[in-house]
Amino acid sequence: MAVARTETVSTLRSEGRRWPIIRRTILYVSMSTIGFIAVFPFVWSFLGSFKTSEDLFDFAINDPSTYLPVVWKFDNYTTVWALNFGRFFLNSAFVSAAITLAHLTLASTAGYAFARLEFRGRDVLFVAVIATLMVPFQVTMVPLFIMIKNFPFFGGNNWQGAGGFGMVNTYWGLIIPMFPTAYGTFLLRQFFQTLPKELEDAARIDGASEFRIFWNVMLPLSGAALAVLTVFSFQFIWNDFVWPFIITKSEELKTIQVGLANFRQEFTTDWGLLMAATMVATLPVLFLFLMTQRYFVQGIALSGIKG
Amino acid sequence: MKTRSRRRRFGNRGGLAGYFFVAPSLIFLAVFVILPIMAALYYSFTFYDLMREPRFIGLDNYTKLLDDLRYPRAITNTLYFAFGTVPAGVVTSLGLAVLINRSIRGIYTFRALFYMPVVSSFVAVSLIWLWMYEPQFGLLNTTFEAMGLPRLKWLRAANTAMLSIIILSIWKNMGLNMVIYLAGLQGIPPHLYEAAEIDGAGGWQRFWRVTFPLLAPTTFFVVIVYFIGALQMFVQVWIMTTQAGNNALTGGPLDSTITVVVLLYSNAFEYLKMGYAAAMSFVLFVIIALITVINVKVLGYDSFS
Repeated sequence: MAVARTETVSTLRSEGRRWPIIRRTILYVSMSTIGFIAVFPFVWSFLGSFKTSEDLFDFAINDPSTYLPVVWKFDNYTTVWALNFGRFFLNSAFVSAAITLAHLTLASTAGYAFARLEFRGRDVLFVAVIATLMVPFQVTMVPLFIMIKNFPFFGGNNWQGAGGFGMVNTYWGLIIPMFPTAYGTFLLRQFFQTLPKELEDAARIDGASEFRIFWNVMLPLSGAALAVLTVFSFQFIWNDFVWPFIITKSEELKTIQVGLANFRQEFTTDWGLLMAATMVATLPVLFLFLMTQRYFVQGIALSGIKG
Repeated sequence: MKTRSRRRRFGNRGGLAGYFFVAPSLIFLAVFVILPIMAALYYSFTFYDLMREPRFIGLDNYTKLLDDLRYPRAITNTLYFAFGTVPAGVVTSLGLAVLINRSIRGIYTFRALFYMPVVSSFVAVSLIWLWMYEPQFGLLNTTFEAMGLPRLKWLRAANTAMLSIIILSIWKNMGLNMVIYLAGLQGIPPHLYEAAEIDGAGGWQRFWRVTFPLLAPTTFFVVIVYFIGALQMFVQVWIMTTQAGNNALTGGPLDSTITVVVLLYSNAFEYLKMGYAAAMSFVLFVIIALITVINVKVLGYDSFS
């Protein structure tokens, strides 16, 4: 960060020498234009979510008064909520929270060991973990579905995994296959490598066990890194579509993205309703992002992609 | 070398403990990532419809893949999408990163704004753009008309449908790669710029002679990850150009947006041709593995650790 600051200062100095005001204006105008392009679709969707069919029909580009809803009514939202979106919302919240918790547990323990413990085969195992980062989910989804359907002792299956539906259409099936997190392991390993060695040496001299060192010395210092992973995982799972779409059949289990996609098939042209549903699915993550945006930037910086 | 000297100083730290710490993570990775890849290979040699036991049929699925008329179409569409999004997307993101890499008032607000499409789901943004692309009342066509431009059919015409999805996808990802480039830009030592400036290099020259060459590893990383992501495109098509249960409208119009993963999905979960879909998955896996190997060869393992 210190590097970044000096660099920007030097850029600013050189900019200051030549027509600074014009430069600054061009800069702000172009950034505002791009910012507008990035954000406008959300604003448009938000406005649309309050519009009635008449509002939408009356919309005319050369009459700015039609850009806003005539009356701000929550009708679309109450309809969406009544069409099971409350349930979808809670399902997504539960599933995202459960998987995030698992990611935190698995990634912090593994990341810690890869960063600070020594054991035979450590580096090979770590490379193997990193290699799985490159395996896209779309490659594994078909066999994964078969495995989940044939999971022994679940959903009426016998020990050979035959006879029933396994974990298909259960919370187990939604949650457990999402536990592996190579990204989280990598992220936390990068973080644990930055902690000073003196900390653990002191604890080790006092005779603390490896687990105690991890739990009482290292974890309390990892708040920021764990926050990064929490935000990343939660957002990723909340937005995930393909796996919940494949694995859920009943309305009671669908997540909000699946509900939204089905909604599109059902109400193909009822844009007010569709936009309200879109907003219900989107506003929580946008809000989470605006609250925690520094963690997003940190998270990517922590991944250590070097220039 | 480093590890060895550390071991000498501190003895063997946490031999067995290390395995206990990594075991849970590794077990989940093995069961839910590694095993499915092997299972994909196994099922790709079978006929399997989830009802009866898988039946071994040798290479039939792979030969059928060669005869499937939609498969080459899906591959060309996927490549069209990849080559449509990656170069334009990389240029956009690098431009944004250079634009935003300075400490001026309000910069964090702009950074957050640019990043907003990244944190929303593909389902949601596809729906929003579907509405904007709507040919009759959609925002884009009404704006075009007001500006005296011709109305387009966007997603409803075979020659513009994929292009429409490409535009949406570049918009969705520009902030993500921007942040990756930003990390790269901030790693460039400032004295290089000072030296270039003393040598009389202007802003444009400094970019091409200093920034761009030093960002080469970042660019390579972004291109590979972006490209691999593009090969998996599915959600946009599912939301924007597919009507569930209607085979003719999967990846329409006229198959112009059918992608490898869309075809894979509909074979597996609509027609229950699990073995055939597994063969498609495995081919996709091999392609992506090859790209990854090139990636590691060129970048070197160091850039990951």
